[in-house]
Amino acid sequence: MNIKKILPQILTLLVVILVFGFFSYNAQINMENRGITFGYGFLTQESSFDVQFSLIEYDGSHSYFRAYLVGLLNTILVSVIGIIFATIIGVVVGIARLSNNYLINRTASVYVEFFRNIPLLLQIFFWYFAALRALPLPQDTEPMFGVFFLTIKGFFVPAFVWNNLDVFIYSIIAAIISIIFVRIYARKKQENEGIQTPVLSISISLLLILPILSFLFGGVGASVEIPVIKQLSQSGFTYEGGIKLPPELISLALALSLYTATFIAECVRAGVQGVSKGQKEAAASIGLTPNQVLKLVVMPQALRIIIPPTTNQYLNLTKNSSLAAAIAYPDLVLVFAGTALMQTGRAIEIVSITMLTYLSLSISISIFMNWYNKKIAIKEK
Amino acid sequence: MKQVNFLQPNNNNLNTYLFSGTILVALSIFIVFLNSFFKKDLISFLPGTISFFIPLILGFIGLHLIRIDYSGYKFLDAINKNINTNNFNAFLSLLIVFVIIKSLPPLLSWFILDANIAGDSKDVCTGSGACWTYIKIWFNRFMYGMYPNPEQWRINLSFVALAFLGCVGFFATEKFKKYLTLYYVVVYPIIAFFFIFFFISGGPIFFDFSYGIIAAVISIILGFFIPSKFKMYYFIIVPITIYILLKYVFFYEELIELGKLEALEWVETGAWGGLSLTFIVSFFCLIFCFPIGLFLSLGRRSDLPIIKYISIGMIEFWRGVPLITVLFMSSVMFPMFLPEDMFIDKLVRVIIAISLFEAAYVAEVIRGGLQALPRGQYDAAKSLGMGYWKMHILVILPQALKLVIPGIANTFLALVKDTPLIFVVGLLEIVGMLNLAKTNPEWLGFAMEGYVFASVLFFIICYAMSKYSYNLEQKYKTER
Repeated sequence: MNIKKILPQILTLLVVILVFGFFSYNAQINMENRGITFGYGFLTQESSFDVQFSLIEYDGSHSYFRAYLVGLLNTILVSVIGIIFATIIGVVVGIARLSNNYLINRTASVYVEFFRNIPLLLQIFFWYFAALRALPLPQDTEPMFGVFFLTIKGFFVPAFVWNNLDVFIYSIIAAIISIIFVRIYARKKQENEGIQTPVLSISISLLLILPILSFLFGGVGASVEIPVIKQLSQSGFTYEGGIKLPPELISLALALSLYTATFIAECVRAGVQGVSKGQKEAAASIGLTPNQVLKLVVMPQALRIIIPPTTNQYLNLTKNSSLAAAIAYPDLVLVFAGTALMQTGRAIEIVSITMLTYLSLSISISIFMNWYNKKIAIKEK
Repeated sequence: MKQVNFLQPNNNNLNTYLFSGTILVALSIFIVFLNSFFKKDLISFLPGTISFFIPLILGFIGLHLIRIDYSGYKFLDAINKNINTNNFNAFLSLLIVFVIIKSLPPLLSWFILDANIAGDSKDVCTGSGACWTYIKIWFNRFMYGMYPNPEQWRINLSFVALAFLGCVGFFATEKFKKYLTLYYVVVYPIIAFFFIFFFISGGPIFFDFSYGIIAAVISIILGFFIPSKFKMYYFIIVPITIYILLKYVFFYEELIELGKLEALEWVETGAWGGLSLTFIVSFFCLIFCFPIGLFLSLGRRSDLPIIKYISIGMIEFWRGVPLITVLFMSSVMFPMFLPEDMFIDKLVRVIIAISLFEAAYVAEVIRGGLQALPRGQYDAAKSLGMGYWKMHILVILPQALKLVIPGIANTFLALVKDTPLIFVVGLLEIVGMLNLAKTNPEWLGFAMEGYVFASVLFFIICYAMSKYSYNLEQKYKTER
């Protein structure tokens, strides 16, 4: 240990401590002047503001913590929808970019270049303020397939009304567990006796048969509730029954998935291109069928390249969903760091909780990814 | 004449297949073309669903008939190889062609044929197309925000001057080439800073910074007498000390009249806006985030534990939170951390916040480049007796940065695309101005035009940037 190693460290530490000390000292004085005491007790107080769209029961009489939960659930909802659609579009476009058909290839790359070079916020605004505003009013809407109503006030879809929903869910869980057992059994059998079991068809039939059995014998029933138009006032109409997806949610999910899909498409393309041609030829030369080559040789190697950057994109999508605040979709940032902050004036507590939520989410995912990368890394001798 | 088998076209009756196939494809495209451009339906006598699918079926059969390997015609072979390899590809190609033909007329009529640009009020926009008059009237606002009209030449002049100064590198003679890096990394940003903060904003802040200039000059002169061993610490500590001494001890607010640019009207940063603000914010963030990110990435790979963990903490923190919460922090939480009489301008706070945020991403990208270098490079540099800084500046960083040009370009692109978020603190760059103009009661209902206009602008900027980074990557590509 010499002075050259210790001095820079001590200097950096000193600067960091000084900056933090300066900030917290000022914060204390400022809060004293404004008569606020630092603390998280306000979370249990009554919030007395309303939220437009919420997955759990919520109104002004609930606590601020409940408002936080509402925001968090809304964030998770839009992220999950966005991730599902972004994956589907991204995989399709990524494969299309690999196509040897000139037209398909070009179309896919025009899509990618176009959507990823325009700011996400602009896209969200475009869908929300320009595209979805062109939709008809509720009373003028032509139903799609007779049951879906796409209006300026939102997308109204039929809802399922369940009897004995729990039995149905148990049956699906049972199906999934039995599929896992079938897979383990099939792998053991192949290792010991070299006989392959048709796992895919068994799994699909299990997944179909068990829920159907629950319908037949478990007393599960489902009826469909179709949205019906209802007059509120002279010119105000809305739909009742069914599920209402507000336009904020639609435009946000649309913009997020179209934007993130371009990045996922590039990941998919890079992954498939990253598998060297020799691998495919080698697999074909030992007599594997084209399907087996894809399933056993190409996909495992491509996925190893695709999954880490794609997870990163999922994380980006989740963080980008905070742009919801711009179009008043009640997500975590709008409900908690917007309305709740305005009402309580507790800037430090609320902003820190919001940041910690996102931070813990992304750090836990990145820890998981590090573990996963280590697990799938090719072990070289 | 040999048997004509329409199920398996081959070379024998080439002309028969070609003739019938081409006619079918041309017919199908013609039907769709007439339908979409002239609203005439040639096959309306057929029932609805069938007439809808007829072009597709005809084209599909036609493409099947002309799918002949090694026909001898170059053009036909090119088509078969590129868009007509098998049935599935032929189907998709047809679908794409039809969609393009179908969507052209509405797009053309909205953008050009039915659009209005003449006149200067809303009344001229009667057609069903776009109302470009709206963009024309609001153009100044979209470019300059609330910046007063008679003063806008200041922004133009600054940008033109900065563009010229930025092009210096292309005209430099061999003799000056070696100073270019220094120029672009140190001198140019300082000039740009002066231009923007003194010329665009005007007013009395000049003096505040003149302390900084005096401090810098004094410390550079003193720097010649300092042994080189301590120079690094010296240049960190002394300029700041001199600045503080000058500002708060020697001339406390006394000579403030000295630095005023009386001739220029003071324009507060709240009035800046539009595309020029997008440029200003992205420009400064680009300049600041790169060096910060570079130091963070070096810190993360450092042997010194305290520096290493502080860097890791910084990087992971900024990467873990969304930018919008960072901006929230800078606007509502940061003022709580400052003494009551101290005030930092909104724009400066935003630039600092975005720079720190993007610096974390830059750091991770550069770390990738550093990790990709083989150990041999480090060992070789050390064996030549180079110290830490010499090794990094002369050997490691030039190679590592070359490797990560695409990654850095992507981060910079993300930065430019993130600038609209500054609406959170109330600064209105172009997207913010669009939202403001949209709510103007005289100009309701033109949201679409505005967003299309901004999209095109952003697309041009970002696409140009990505192409430029690609050229840069090719230019500096070296075989390893």
